[in-house]
Amino acid sequence: MTTVPALSIRDLNVTFKTLLGQVQAVRGVSLDVAPGEVLGVVGESGSGKSVSFLAVMGLLPKSARITGSAVVAETELIGASNKTMRKARGAKIAMIFQDPLSALNPVQRVGHQIVEMIQAHQSVSKADAMSRAVELLDIVGIPQPKDRARQYAHEFSGGMRQRVMIAMAIANDPLMLIADEPTTALDVTVQAQILEVLERIRRDLGTAVVLITHDLGVVARIADRVQVMYAGRIVERSEVVALFEHPTHPYTQGLMQSLPGPTRERLHPIPGAPPNMLRPPSGCAFAARCPHSIPACSLEIPELRPIRGSESACIRAEELQEVLS
Amino acid sequence: MPRSTQGFDLTDLQIPPLEHIAVTDASIGILKESISPKKMAFKRFMHHHAAVVCTVVLAFIVVFVALAPITTRYGVNESIFKAEAGIPNQNLAPRAAAWFGTDANGRDLYSRMIYGAQISLLIGLFTAIVSVALGTLVGAYAGLKGGKIDDVLMRVTDIFLALPLLVVLVIVRGALKNVDWVVAIMGDPGSVRFLVILLSVIGWMGVARLVRGQVKQLKEREFIEAARAVGASTTRIMFRHLLPNAVGQIMVALTFAIVGAITAEATLSFFGFGPDAGSGLTSLGLLIRDSKKAVPPGYWWLVVYPCGLLILISLCINFIGDGLRDAVDPKMLQDS
Amino acid sequence: MFRFILRRVLWMIPTLLLLTFVVYCALRLATNPLASYARSNPRIAKQPEKMQQYIETNGLWDGFGGYVRGYFHWLRGFLTGNWQPSIKGSRPVWPNLKQALINTVRLGIVASMVAIPIGLAFGVFAALKPGKLRDSAVNTGALIGFSVQPFISAVLLQLTFAVLWSKWFGSPLLPTSGMYPPGHEGFDPVLMLKYMTLPIIVVSIQTIAAYSRYMRASLLDVLSSDYLRTAKSKGISDRRVLIRHALRNALVPIVTLAALDVGSIVGGLIITEAIFEYPGMGKFFLTASANGDFPELMPWMVIVTTSVIVFNLLADLSYAALDPRIRLD
Repeated sequence: MTTVPALSIRDLNVTFKTLLGQVQAVRGVSLDVAPGEVLGVVGESGSGKSVSFLAVMGLLPKSARITGSAVVAETELIGASNKTMRKARGAKIAMIFQDPLSALNPVQRVGHQIVEMIQAHQSVSKADAMSRAVELLDIVGIPQPKDRARQYAHEFSGGMRQRVMIAMAIANDPLMLIADEPTTALDVTVQAQILEVLERIRRDLGTAVVLITHDLGVVARIADRVQVMYAGRIVERSEVVALFEHPTHPYTQGLMQSLPGPTRERLHPIPGAPPNMLRPPSGCAFAARCPHSIPACSLEIPELRPIRGSESACIRAEELQEVLS
Repeated sequence: MPRSTQGFDLTDLQIPPLEHIAVTDASIGILKESISPKKMAFKRFMHHHAAVVCTVVLAFIVVFVALAPITTRYGVNESIFKAEAGIPNQNLAPRAAAWFGTDANGRDLYSRMIYGAQISLLIGLFTAIVSVALGTLVGAYAGLKGGKIDDVLMRVTDIFLALPLLVVLVIVRGALKNVDWVVAIMGDPGSVRFLVILLSVIGWMGVARLVRGQVKQLKEREFIEAARAVGASTTRIMFRHLLPNAVGQIMVALTFAIVGAITAEATLSFFGFGPDAGSGLTSLGLLIRDSKKAVPPGYWWLVVYPCGLLILISLCINFIGDGLRDAVDPKMLQDS
Repeated sequence: MFRFILRRVLWMIPTLLLLTFVVYCALRLATNPLASYARSNPRIAKQPEKMQQYIETNGLWDGFGGYVRGYFHWLRGFLTGNWQPSIKGSRPVWPNLKQALINTVRLGIVASMVAIPIGLAFGVFAALKPGKLRDSAVNTGALIGFSVQPFISAVLLQLTFAVLWSKWFGSPLLPTSGMYPPGHEGFDPVLMLKYMTLPIIVVSIQTIAAYSRYMRASLLDVLSSDYLRTAKSKGISDRRVLIRHALRNALVPIVTLAALDVGSIVGGLIITEAIFEYPGMGKFFLTASANGDFPELMPWMVIVTTSVIVFNLLADLSYAALDPRIRLD
């Protein structure tokens, strides 16, 4: 990629101090998102996928220790001053969340919440901001936007609430939109509509989107590239078609096999449970559950490296490719 | 004036739901199995330093008071200094022979405080046990059954808890002591038994509301639905599934009920509605009542020591309750 | 909204009727008005026909049926303004009761206006740095405040500022009883505030402790909410996040609690008033119950319960007004 990435993360680490000790939630994550690209981030809960991006947004509790670098439009966000952070959030990088009902202020009219977002970054009058807010609600497909802007979050349906969140997020034309499980709390039919809205925003406004999800189906629908996370690290990254056709990491393969599908007679859940992140294993974190693990797997943490056009963090990726294909 | 300060319903302050299962936050990747809820609660309690210190202090006070005849220097009604010619033995300031001075009848304040604390702690403990047991049963039943019983219970307790506690206690006490068969059960209005039953009659309501809220939340959880689905009886669900899961909260309620009862006893005694001083016993409330008379002449020791001991005991129990509440509240894991 | 209020106000009538009936029975039992009357008027007590006449005019019949009949007898008199005179001294009840009510409301309002803002400020101060030194300090302070019961702080303050102070410096710093010096006539706000200082401190200790904890809990709850995270993600200033989103929302339950507390002021300052000889509702209650003065206690209880019920309604209304999710119907 020759263009300047919309978001560039280098060696991001996040640890939480808890009563039980240090929890290493994210361990050395690096990635680039190109302008206008949709990057899917997949993993189970606890894999560090949400935490990485909350860290970038500076939204983690103070007990989190964050190191590394995250750059949006030439602005370094990790360790940035309050002022820098404030200028970037909402303007260059915006975020939407899993549960739109609790993510919207229950006692403020939704139009007002969008106006607040606009006025935080543009010097426009309240009336102008409000007409812009109504316009935004229209863009994300909310009927009668003028009346709806005067309503409260609890008066909307789940899908409509998420549209409000999206309208608010794109209010200042950000380069980067982070969508943290935006469809998880919604019905399947509504999920499709929300994904369509995201797709349209990417197309019309050129906003890059990071789509965090545990649902491979959602990723397959709109992502250009996918990265799979396990135990705080990226284990595989590739084009979406390549990932589904020939996954290179045993964990990704496991995920695929545990998916229900029309041709599959039996589901094969991955045995075991994710490792305890208070004391992460010294080698590959997946080794204990991996059907293909060898003693060498537990020796050192495997780095992400290119394999056949995609990237994998499995030391046996090449062998397994041959065995499986 | 604030509702929370009227003795019993300190427990009404916002208490988050008890989540025995989700001890740790899965989204930051700690294994659930890595530590048991009980151990976790203990660990969190130990983290509340003030609560730990207060537990030690209270344990010390309790042992001291329990060993009363050994730790005291004189009898509860024994006047001292008869031998010292020319010096009246009443209202003596603290000195070697009477560490905390003597009262208007020439009795050793130090010894009386220990006997008084004994009675106050006993009243607190018994009242708390009775009202928590009663409140838990009623609350759990109402929460589980819902419907009319629940509505009526909430209405009644709502009003009782909103009325000034002292007024309710004075009127209920007055009414009960004029009914012969009640007196036959509760004993003489000046007795400790009467007081314990009186305080329990009022005290169960706060606990019932708390347990009801807890049960209503737990009721919606899957494991209760599952128990119901396999046909477990209401009683079985209540004793086997609900109460064991609410035990942390009930412990917290018990703690605050103890301090509530001690305070209520002291308040009633202060206004002359408490146990009968004539029967030779004393309590912290009665001692503080005596201290009211010691203010105008400036006998400070009669005021400062009993008041200080009551403050110390309530403070310790309040802190322990606070620590327990934090310990059973899983939200406290982070940021600590 | 209007229909909701109307329905709730209409519901208040049966609630009050039932409640006053219960109170009537309890007070009849507790005070035994006939015995009190005989005690206050030993000469009349020797004349059975005069006692019988007292029973008939005041409806003091015995047995459950007698109580029901007596209750309606009392109710008719109460509603038509035809109140029974007090047993002790046979005075009309309302003038004294009215004065006591005014005095208590005055003390309660002043104390609330001083203490609630201080409590809220402490709560915010603590919640902004949870788990840090200031949080522990406020928490410890609040628990100490809870542990110092009004009668303890009252006695200790009297000892310090009146008795010991005059021993050390010659004259007491603050007066310890009454609302005015004995024999004072008319209204004098400065003098009154001086007399009210110690009672206000006593009431404030508990109020500050309670509200600092309410506010801390409420604000912490809001601070950990998803919508606050959204507000932060918008890039608005921390100040605006705190004031517009956090404090605004955290105050919703506090306002409701405050409405409930104000409703219980009327009967809730008994301890403080008794110790400082403040001529308010609490003093009125204690004197009346010491005399077993049923005709004084009954209207007193009506005022106290009505205040509680009315402010309960106001609390619900304020909640609905501040939180659009609450629908009144």
